[in-house]
Amino acid sequence: MDNSVTPQNSLVSVQNLSFSRGNKKIFDDISLEFERGKITAIMGPSGTGKTTLLKLIGGQLFPEQGTITVDGNNVHRLRRAELYNLRKRMGMLFQSGALLTDMSVFDNVAFPLREHTHLPESMIRTLVLMKLQAVGLRGARKLMPNELSGGMARRIALARAIALDPMMIMYDEPFTGQDPISKGALVHLIKSLNTILGLTSIVVSHDVHETAAIADYIYVISEGKVVGQGTPKEIEQSESDWVLQFMTGAADGPAHFHYPAKDYVDDLLSTGNRY
Amino acid sequence: MTEFLQQLGQNTRTSFTKLGRGTFFLLQTLSGTLSVLPRPRLLLNQMYSVGVLSFLIITISGLFVGMVLGLQGYYILSDFGAEETLGVMVAASLVRELGPVVSALLFAGRAGSALTAEIGLMKATEQLSGMEMMAVDPIKRIITPRFLAGFLSMPLLAALFSAVGIVGGQMVGSGLLGVDEGAYWSQMQANIDFQDDIINGVIKSIVFGFVASWIALFEGYDAIPTSEGVSRATTRTVVNSAFSILGLDFILTALMFGDN
Repeated sequence: MDNSVTPQNSLVSVQNLSFSRGNKKIFDDISLEFERGKITAIMGPSGTGKTTLLKLIGGQLFPEQGTITVDGNNVHRLRRAELYNLRKRMGMLFQSGALLTDMSVFDNVAFPLREHTHLPESMIRTLVLMKLQAVGLRGARKLMPNELSGGMARRIALARAIALDPMMIMYDEPFTGQDPISKGALVHLIKSLNTILGLTSIVVSHDVHETAAIADYIYVISEGKVVGQGTPKEIEQSESDWVLQFMTGAADGPAHFHYPAKDYVDDLLSTGNRY
Repeated sequence: MTEFLQQLGQNTRTSFTKLGRGTFFLLQTLSGTLSVLPRPRLLLNQMYSVGVLSFLIITISGLFVGMVLGLQGYYILSDFGAEETLGVMVAASLVRELGPVVSALLFAGRAGSALTAEIGLMKATEQLSGMEMMAVDPIKRIITPRFLAGFLSMPLLAALFSAVGIVGGQMVGSGLLGVDEGAYWSQMQANIDFQDDIINGVIKSIVFGFVASWIALFEGYDAIPTSEGVSRATTRTVVNSAFSILGLDFILTALMFGDN
């Protein structure tokens, strides 16, 4: 593929990764490259381990095989202190926001600054207000997390993720369960933060249109394999059955509508078992 | 039969793995102690929610237990004409046994279950995971301060329980039943030994506080991150803490008072 990313300018590189949960193989020898300064999307049906991939990149899970390097560091070979230092430069936006529920919005955004820097409170205040202004929620600083809507919580979490000015941000399903307006706001934010702050973004999502609108490069993953990759345009024109089914949302295709089961008629006629 | 053995083997294995995880967790928690000391605020906040908020239940329970001891003790002792020793009986039962044990059981029910639910929900809502990704160690930031708070609060709560109980016994004994007040206090003063009774009681409450906090935090940290998982973990905290407290109480009592 001519458009594929070269390992030289990639910030995150996943090589021959395999990972299983119990007997289920989540990733089967996949390789991915995430280029510096770009927004790379990982798409695929639910349950394909997209979140797992982010946890592997963040060093929260260990792969069975393969290596993951972030900015030249092999994530799973680092000592604990080194890994923590690397994580200070990696932001992550969780699906739920993962805000600390016992702190106000202001304190949540100030949290990483207070934990990792010795800045005076006055400077922390300035920084927090700047980050909140960037996500448009400076006015919500006194609210508690339970007073926020889902979309607001995600934007606050985003403000917190950029508090330490990281080099990259990983977005875990940023658009799921959002109304069109907050979806639009998040699409705009991800794109503009990436450009303005010069970040590298990894967006894990199954929202085809929103993701395709901002991604520079897309990987489509299904059943542990990369089934398609390319720029959004290339993906749209892909002839792969997998990619087509995913992009058009067809109920049946290579990804089956039915969960594996025995023959339907036999199943209905068999007696004796409760299930 | 084979199935039974298989099941037994599996259960044993699960328990031992859990014990291993628990021990590892405890070591991690303890190793975070040094990083908490420079930030006393974290510890104080937790001592407030674990300790200070348990004040009321401990005080009221202590008062009633002391009053019941006063009543029961009086009826038995007066048969032998020994009601002057009521103070000794009330104080010895409280300081040696009931203070540490009952306050630890209440602590497990009041503060332990709250800790488990809090940590379990933090896990379920990805707050712990989020902290890890912000390069903040959740063990040091969340677990260790709570552990130390529980461990330090327990002896204080047990002491409060015993003190209030002794006053309750006195209220019933001399206020209601007419035991001489001077005898109540002086007999107590003469017969309760600082080393044998008070220090041993304090040691017990320190051990119980250690174990109850450990169990509560570990169950929360190890909970399956769903609503059912957290609810089960909370139940396990109360049940396992109660068993451990009572079992350890027997062992400690045998060690402390065995050879007199």
